[in-house]
Amino acid sequence: MSEGRPEATFSFVEGPTSDLTVEARGPTPAAVFAAATDALLAATIASPERLGTSVRRRVAFEEPTLELLLLRWLDEWIYLRDAEQLLMRAASVAVTRAAAQGGAAGEGAEAGWRLEAELAGEPIDAAHELLTDVKAPTAHGLRVAETAGGWEARVTLDV
Amino acid sequence: MVAIPAPASLVPVRPGVFELPKDVRPGMRVPVRVYGTEELVAAMDDQVFIQAANVATLPGIVDASLVMPDAHWGYGFPIGGVAAMDPDTGVISPGGIGFDINCGMRLVRTDLVWSELEPHLERLVEALAARVPAGTGRRGFVRVDEDGFREVLRDGAVWAVRAGYGEPADLAYTESHGRYPNADPDAVSERAIERGRHQIGTLGSGNHYLEIQVVRDAGVHDARLARAFGLDRPEQVVVMFHCGSRGFGHQVASDYLRQFLKLMPTRWGLPVLERDLACAPFRSDEGQAYFRAMSCAANMSLANRQVILHRIREVFSDVFGRSAEELGIRTVYDVAHNNARLERLPAPGGGERILLVHRKGATRSLPPGHPELPDAYRETGQPVIIGGSMETGSYLLAGMSTGAESFYSTAHGSGRTMSRTQARKRVHGRHLARRMAERGIVVRAASWAGLAEEAGFAYKSVEAVAEATEVAGLSRRVAHLVPVGNVKG
Repeated sequence: MSEGRPEATFSFVEGPTSDLTVEARGPTPAAVFAAATDALLAATIASPERLGTSVRRRVAFEEPTLELLLLRWLDEWIYLRDAEQLLMRAASVAVTRAAAQGGAAGEGAEAGWRLEAELAGEPIDAAHELLTDVKAPTAHGLRVAETAGGWEARVTLDV
Repeated sequence: MVAIPAPASLVPVRPGVFELPKDVRPGMRVPVRVYGTEELVAAMDDQVFIQAANVATLPGIVDASLVMPDAHWGYGFPIGGVAAMDPDTGVISPGGIGFDINCGMRLVRTDLVWSELEPHLERLVEALAARVPAGTGRRGFVRVDEDGFREVLRDGAVWAVRAGYGEPADLAYTESHGRYPNADPDAVSERAIERGRHQIGTLGSGNHYLEIQVVRDAGVHDARLARAFGLDRPEQVVVMFHCGSRGFGHQVASDYLRQFLKLMPTRWGLPVLERDLACAPFRSDEGQAYFRAMSCAANMSLANRQVILHRIREVFSDVFGRSAEELGIRTVYDVAHNNARLERLPAPGGGERILLVHRKGATRSLPPGHPELPDAYRETGQPVIIGGSMETGSYLLAGMSTGAESFYSTAHGSGRTMSRTQARKRVHGRHLARRMAERGIVVRAASWAGLAEEAGFAYKSVEAVAEATEVAGLSRRVAHLVPVGNVKG
């Protein structure tokens, strides 16, 4: 399966036997991140294209690497699903270099990355045909990288 | 990643046990020991051996990196991986525990026999599906505020019994007596609390389920042990369910995984061999904080299963018009799969040692005479539950003295052989439910897609796995449990 936004796509590919592995591609990290949450939505409900936009949420955070930023972004989507019972889609995403971080930030720490996004969606209700309950994004084979054709990410979801 | 030719480089040690020497990849501190028959081991994905060899490089690992007979490719550790660390020199790894912390199985016996249950089966499965929420986003009936939830995290199933959800006797038949002692809610994030506090008493999804089963005469392997475990009549009805710490445990694991990934190379100078093997020295502040948070998640899972048992008792009581006590509904045992515990174990040269035992998709399996067992099981060894697919049934087994070599660990399930996506391509959930109904299994699923993912053909043979644990001396078979009704999460 490969679907998503005009400028970015995602597909579910073979990975660890019990889990769900996603590959997302797009022209920018932001497009790839948006496609990754589209994949979460597609794993969670049938007909994700029918999702309403009655609820909006803004999020912003920084992490030292793009991979950790992607984990945090997917974690945010799952948190909204469990804690607020919301199914969301990225309405806008911006991924930028962050100001230098102090302390023990790890690899690539000096600059770090910042994500600012608006999510739009609706509360879970009986009209949604629920498919899979994604538990968490794992670090297995986690990758966010620039390629000849743009950017791509790979992440395995524990389901 | 280092390629390991497997299983060609596996050395047979004795029937049911193989070893991968510690020179197959650089950095291994101990060999890999694989439990399983030749057929099961040959069918394991190469990734199982690569991952187990990676685990063998972790600081403080002792004896061997273990692979159980139901192992399959996971993240970090293989699912079915066991590693024991010296707590003073070793690490604790969220990837060696999993996201669904302390996910586990509870087996419940009843006085009912199949002929009494059969006329009520449909109604019973309907009522269980209605009273035990399953699937994505479902909330439980227990209402606790944030402080109340912190009590759940501190006290686990002990909290549940105190709140009226069960009997004190249930605690005696639960690992760790229903409560992990090191839990500290201050070590968990507000996000984890907010994510988990509405989910007490819910099954979840994936491979989580609640099943009504029958012990057929032909399925009893050891009548003496079966009687000791409360399986004491022909065609007896039992209930088994599998679930974990829900969103709370997933959030604890996610929070600490990200933290450890950031700190490993700088604070502790630990190489990040594979990101999903992120770890912290057990004695570090962060390692201890994760241990305390993980213990909170373990307690959430124990409370969850205790509350679900309470609902099961209510449903059976409603349907049969008799109290749960009159129906003889009692916990046989509650075992957990995904955790790390400080355990007192025999030392190779005599005496004892305390090790931090990581089990990811593996079951503790205490031998006869172990002091942690309740009196009723002191002679028998610990009841072990190996959950098979919802089509093929499950096994009740017992711990063996020969299991010391595996840190008293054994298999936990039949192990997937096929991805969820592949399984969904092969069968539609609706068709599978019909096929199961034709074979006398009533099933209610939160999602058709989720049902298809759990089809019997997606798993190894549970018979083969249970037998392999016996051949290797990890656990002995007591009874095969045949499904007749299933609520699929």
